[in-house]
Amino acid sequence: MNSITASLQPAAKPRPRLRLPGARTWLAAGQWFVTLLLCAFLIVPVVMSIMAGLTVNYFKGVSSGLTLRWLAEVWTQYHGSVFLSLEVAAATLVVTLLTGVPAGYVLARSKTRLSRIIEEFLVLPIALPGLASALALLVVYGGFTVFRMSVAFIVVGHVVFTLPFMVRAVAAVCASSDLRTLEEGAASLGASFLQRFVTIVLPNARPGIVAGALAVLTLSIGEFNLTWMLHTPDTKTLPVGLADTYASLRIEIGSAYTILFFIMTMPLLVAMQWLGVDATGQRSAAKKRVTASSSKSPQP
Amino acid sequence: MNDITFPLRWRIALIAPALAVFIAFWLLPMGALAQLSGDGHAFATYRAMLTNPRYMSSLGATVLLSAAVTAATLVLSVIAGLLLARREFALKRTLLALLTFPLAFPGVVVGFMVIMLAGRQGLIGALSLKLTGDRWVFAYSMSGLFLGYLYFSIPRVIVTVMASATKLDASLEEAARSLGASPWRIMRDVVLPALSPGLIAAGAVCFATAMGAFGTAFTLATDIDVLPMTIYTEFTLNANMVTAAGLSIVLGLVTWAVLALARSVSGSAVAASA
Repeated sequence: MNSITASLQPAAKPRPRLRLPGARTWLAAGQWFVTLLLCAFLIVPVVMSIMAGLTVNYFKGVSSGLTLRWLAEVWTQYHGSVFLSLEVAAATLVVTLLTGVPAGYVLARSKTRLSRIIEEFLVLPIALPGLASALALLVVYGGFTVFRMSVAFIVVGHVVFTLPFMVRAVAAVCASSDLRTLEEGAASLGASFLQRFVTIVLPNARPGIVAGALAVLTLSIGEFNLTWMLHTPDTKTLPVGLADTYASLRIEIGSAYTILFFIMTMPLLVAMQWLGVDATGQRSAAKKRVTASSSKSPQP
Repeated sequence: MNDITFPLRWRIALIAPALAVFIAFWLLPMGALAQLSGDGHAFATYRAMLTNPRYMSSLGATVLLSAAVTAATLVLSVIAGLLLARREFALKRTLLALLTFPLAFPGVVVGFMVIMLAGRQGLIGALSLKLTGDRWVFAYSMSGLFLGYLYFSIPRVIVTVMASATKLDASLEEAARSLGASPWRIMRDVVLPALSPGLIAAGAVCFATAMGAFGTAFTLATDIDVLPMTIYTEFTLNANMVTAAGLSIVLGLVTWAVLALARSVSGSAVAASA
């Protein structure tokens, strides 16, 4: 009785009633659907790989029990690649800081045509495929065996690829703060160029330097395209090790290794979120706007 | 420039280290690569390469795949990015953090994520086995690569869309609505044109990344016919350095041309983000 009325009711209603929620509501619902679907698409495999790295037998499922065995196995076998990646990232960071920070400052302060051309050139390595850069390095330096076999070869590749991010991050911040006025003030009080660089330029550029440094570290730790071509059996970084395990070993090992990678990059990601920097090394536009409008607001 | 606080010699001194690194480890090697790819008689070598059906089908497949990924990424990211940029709701920060979490993943890890979804023991296979009795496994093919590049690009493009969407002038849309424009019309005539410089820039970067990406294809299968994979095979298996170099140059030129085209279309916006 009940079920009959229930099944009759929708049919009894006139059709237009069903369309009551307007086009706008449907659009909003569709928008939510797509957003949540994307979120699931991005996060579900991450969760799955974390689970896979912790289960005894992934083929049988979680019911086979949880274990840290795979993580321990990966650590004993591959901890070398973790430390090597950290070393390479640190060395890359030092080189990009020493070369990129001054360059970013010069490019932001110079408005000449030449400086624009130099800027264009400096970002070419990220616009073109990493594979091409790696092949090019091999063509020229592949013959210098000592250099070719050393970690320095990988650091060089990473520096070429990450330098533009540092330069751009520093240049963006330097261009937005009025350094010239500040420097003229200091110069009129007798400060030398080096004094001004250390006490005015560097402190003002600090947000850009921090953003650039985070981007360089993250990119260097995750770099694969160049590193795969440049590495030797003695210089396997973490992503190279990952590719090896994915290709040859069981899925639990690959997943456990991936967990290791997540653990390594997590602090960097949290720092980026916290500072409002995205992975391209640029502060998010929303944040920039807020600071820009707040600095403007005191003026009428 | 008569900028007394920043003399020319200091400018040169400060830019010199970066330029030295760039010239020694990128410009010079690239020049050598270009020279090598010519193999003494550049015209004949390149003509042989550009008329080789295998290389050209590989290039065509790469361009098609990158274009498809770019189009799909743009559509999906605009839908999600607009929602995230313009609505306030509980857990918005969490949702945003989840959507941007994969930003730092290298191509190899993205490839593994695709295997998790669509591989032999993947989620989609398990679900389809229950629903249709068939195990859908498509990770190790072009569709898997498509999924991987989508995974890689979506977080990046969503960030860009959100940045441009926060700059939209809401009063323009209100005006359009009060004049009776339908939601589709507002989208087509007001919102999309305002977003387009950012979208062109993001799309160009997305396309360029997909053209040159190597890690994802490498993880999924070494026989997927995309240009970076072809270059790698020529280099390692066939030890054909000349062709590998030539194809790298072609790949680089196509990528650079797309970025340059996008910049000339959208003005200065690409310069900031490309």
